[in-house]
Amino acid sequence: MSDWLIYRTFWDLTVTGVALGAIYALVALGYTLVYGVLRLINFAHSEVFMVGTFATLITATNFIGIPLIEEGNYPYRTGITLVAVLLACIVGGMVVSGAGAVLLERVAYRPLRGSGEHVGAVVLAFASAFTVSLIFTGSTRTNIIIGLVGTAPLAVLYLRIFRRGRSAPRLAFLISAIGASTAVAEAVAIWGPRDREQYQTSRVLEKRVLFEFLGTDVRIDYVLVIVGALLMLTALVLFVNRTRLGRGVRAVAQDVETARILGVNVDFVILVTFLLGGVMAGAAAMMFTLVYDQTRFNIGFLLGVKSFTAAVLGGIGNLRGALLGGLVLGLGENYGAALFGGQWKDVIAFVLLLTVLMFRPTGILGESLAKARV
Amino acid sequence: MADSLLSVDNLTMQFGGVTALSEVTFDIARGEILGLIGPNGAGKTTCFNVITGVYAATHGTVTFDGKPLAGLKRFQITKRGIARTFQNIRLFPDMTAIENVMVGADANHKTSVGGALIGSPRHHREEREGRDMAMELLTFMGIADRAGEAARNLPYGYQRRLEIARALATNPRLLCLDEPAAGFTPAEKQELMELIRRIRAQGYTVLLIEHDVSLVMGVTDRIVVLDFGKIIANGSPAEVRDNPDVIAAYLGVPDDAA
Amino acid sequence: MSLSDAFKELTSRPARTVSGVGERVGDMPRVARWSLIALFVVSLYLMPWWPEVPLLGWLVDTPGTSFEGVITDKVVIYVLVALGLNVVVGLAGLLDLGYVGFYAVGAYTLGVLSSQHANLPWLLCVPIAVAVSMISGVVLGTPTLRLRGDYLAIVTLGFGEIIRISANNADWLGGSRGISKIAKPPNIGPLKFGILDAKPYFFLGLTIIIVVVFFLRRLEHSRVGRAWNAVREDEDAAELMGVNTFKFKLWAFAIGAAIGGLAGTLYAGKVRFINPSNFPLQLSILFLAAVVLGGTGNMWGAILGGAVVAWMPERFRNFADKRVFVFGVALVLVMVFRPQGLIPRKIRKERWLANWKPPQRTPQFGETGTGRG
Repeated sequence: MSDWLIYRTFWDLTVTGVALGAIYALVALGYTLVYGVLRLINFAHSEVFMVGTFATLITATNFIGIPLIEEGNYPYRTGITLVAVLLACIVGGMVVSGAGAVLLERVAYRPLRGSGEHVGAVVLAFASAFTVSLIFTGSTRTNIIIGLVGTAPLAVLYLRIFRRGRSAPRLAFLISAIGASTAVAEAVAIWGPRDREQYQTSRVLEKRVLFEFLGTDVRIDYVLVIVGALLMLTALVLFVNRTRLGRGVRAVAQDVETARILGVNVDFVILVTFLLGGVMAGAAAMMFTLVYDQTRFNIGFLLGVKSFTAAVLGGIGNLRGALLGGLVLGLGENYGAALFGGQWKDVIAFVLLLTVLMFRPTGILGESLAKARV
Repeated sequence: MADSLLSVDNLTMQFGGVTALSEVTFDIARGEILGLIGPNGAGKTTCFNVITGVYAATHGTVTFDGKPLAGLKRFQITKRGIARTFQNIRLFPDMTAIENVMVGADANHKTSVGGALIGSPRHHREEREGRDMAMELLTFMGIADRAGEAARNLPYGYQRRLEIARALATNPRLLCLDEPAAGFTPAEKQELMELIRRIRAQGYTVLLIEHDVSLVMGVTDRIVVLDFGKIIANGSPAEVRDNPDVIAAYLGVPDDAA
Repeated sequence: MSLSDAFKELTSRPARTVSGVGERVGDMPRVARWSLIALFVVSLYLMPWWPEVPLLGWLVDTPGTSFEGVITDKVVIYVLVALGLNVVVGLAGLLDLGYVGFYAVGAYTLGVLSSQHANLPWLLCVPIAVAVSMISGVVLGTPTLRLRGDYLAIVTLGFGEIIRISANNADWLGGSRGISKIAKPPNIGPLKFGILDAKPYFFLGLTIIIVVVFFLRRLEHSRVGRAWNAVREDEDAAELMGVNTFKFKLWAFAIGAAIGGLAGTLYAGKVRFINPSNFPLQLSILFLAAVVLGGTGNMWGAILGGAVVAWMPERFRNFADKRVFVFGVALVLVMVFRPQGLIPRKIRKERWLANWKPPQRTPQFGETGTGRG
């Protein structure tokens, strides 16, 4: 291989690595926020991301009506239309992921924290009636009807028996999240129109080369992803550092009990934390479909694991750490894959993590949402 | 001091830019009860944490029984013979009172996985010894009636005493008590001080942190007073009581004094 | 009592129904106790015939697949794995998300030694495989056990993936094709380990489980078990009370790894063909779910959890592809209503306390203490 080619490949890998890293970073923010506030690995965050990719897919194809292929070609749009479609997609992703994250908190977490929870009771009631009905009939419509009928009485029952007071052990939260994650992914696999197959997303953005950078073609989608991620992160940091609510988030991250005594509405702050994480994941989901043009019911799992790795790498609970960890992971994976072969990509990610943790046991930047190191 | 069990020499502890302890030097003689007192935030617990290996000192040394403690792991320090209690109770909440004490007693035991798997004679001997010792300690502390209950279900006073029992079970030569009477009523405090006297009578050396000055006056042989990380007095209870610096530290310097 | 009160009663303290059994059996006279335990064990050995018992048969039936196959290929394996993982997660409180790695190490060691590169007999391979798994536990644990809880979780998760991907990419481990013709256990008298009859494998697995339970109980009720519990409850306090926390955490890791590896050899020896897709990351999560579902830190809970997680999807096979969904919903519900698991960890009952008398020869406390003053 000539020197020129190595040089070129290197910068190629750098650009794609940074773009991938930006997506990791946005998803990692969700892990870091929740970890910073609740000291929990929000295992179901991966599904929040997955749901976001489907939201962008549905926004583009069903709401705006963009087909997968138009006249034998990609359905490219230009100018204002393009911007409008992209904005609609990202908003769709952010809204659905944000709502999903909030719902997740109310169903799978809040009941375990020992505060009674209405939304959680209703959703759980429906889910249990629906699930039990699966034993008797395979007709989805009947299942839903039975589910709806069972919701009211079961919800009343659940509300009365929710444990109050003492919070459940930490492992219970993890398993509850794993359960919710499994259920959501499987629901998409079972009741989605294409079952467990891969979904194509419509490519509205023509992936032109925007400019050359050190001999490498930089495609427009990469630029959008990197710029978008930086904007989102900046907005988040400003929110956490400059607003009243953000101060509440930091207060709860530092000490839940003290924050509660000082009049912070802890449950609300936790909800906001989940919402923020969900919104970030929704944006990441849209960017993911922009670059890769596809999604699938199980797309979240590995990406979630990687993003969590990124969060730990940078220092979990630390917003800037999430960005740094994402970039280091994205780049490390790309360079490593080029050096050792693509099949070792995931191994490289974990070896990188192990190496970093050996020398910096709390990640590159250290942990802390509370110490305003964000 | 020839017969000192523990010497703290020129100890300085800094956290970032904050100096929690500054050139602290004192000795504890064998068999004495030394009170370490001072207003809130004076560095008493930090001093404890350095002695028991929780923090590594920025400067200075701690010598125990003639040997420096620097570089030892926490559990090794405990095995050398320093045991402690905690200001905020830190028992093993889901273990029974007996088990809590037996964990302490295990510091002097040797059975490991192999011995436990085959049920070696040593395993059986140590279990029996551990139980007997734990029961005797619980009886001594007056809490044996609830020996089989989970530590988390015990009343507050029992938990405080259980911590002392657990520390004693490690068979220490120096027992460090961090505000053992915190949250007690005056009557309970008196009872506890009586207990500490009895512990000393068994031959233990005691280092006692206390916030309440009047309380330590009656029970200690000597008192070291810390204020803002520095020692401001070191002497007999009577000397310390009359020391103007101590009075100022506790009451604040009167405005017109200047 | 209203329905909801009854349900509350049921969900808040059903531990009584099960742990109560344990206590009551413990309080029985010796003869009654042992005959009851013997009866229970015998009924376990008769498990392959359970489907023929009325009512019980209907309950445990696995439509569409052989019950015998389910209990040998899954239930026995999962129970053993759950027992091992319970040592790590339940007793020592270390969150291990990559437990499948040790399971794979065990299975692959058996495969490599008995088929891929050598033809050693099963009986020789298994101890080697267990040892190799144990060593892999120590190798992973030595650098990582200094990390705090959640860092450990992600690092172990990575370990599980590294093992799987390495197996996938290493030709000497059979690559993605895997290893076939793995040695089976030698015949023992009338027990012929063949393809037609799964029962001998079940008997072997059950026996191994009983042996493992026996030894784990000894560990639990010793200085080692106390050290693990102390580390789980408050690691700093434990260390300040003289517990060499690192050493005992490493032991927990090594013992857990050894049991996981043993389960792997059992699995590989039964199915006789393994490839990397048998050891996905999700399996680690499933194993963890088994332990927590059953009751973290309670051996009987781990056994129940492992059995339920292995058996339940097969019982509801008529759900077809909806099984995993149902499993997910069930996990959430169990955690919401029984966060401590189906059989929560119990406060140890100190039976000997009732009969304890101060030892005659030993002097009262105090006289023993003066020695070191």
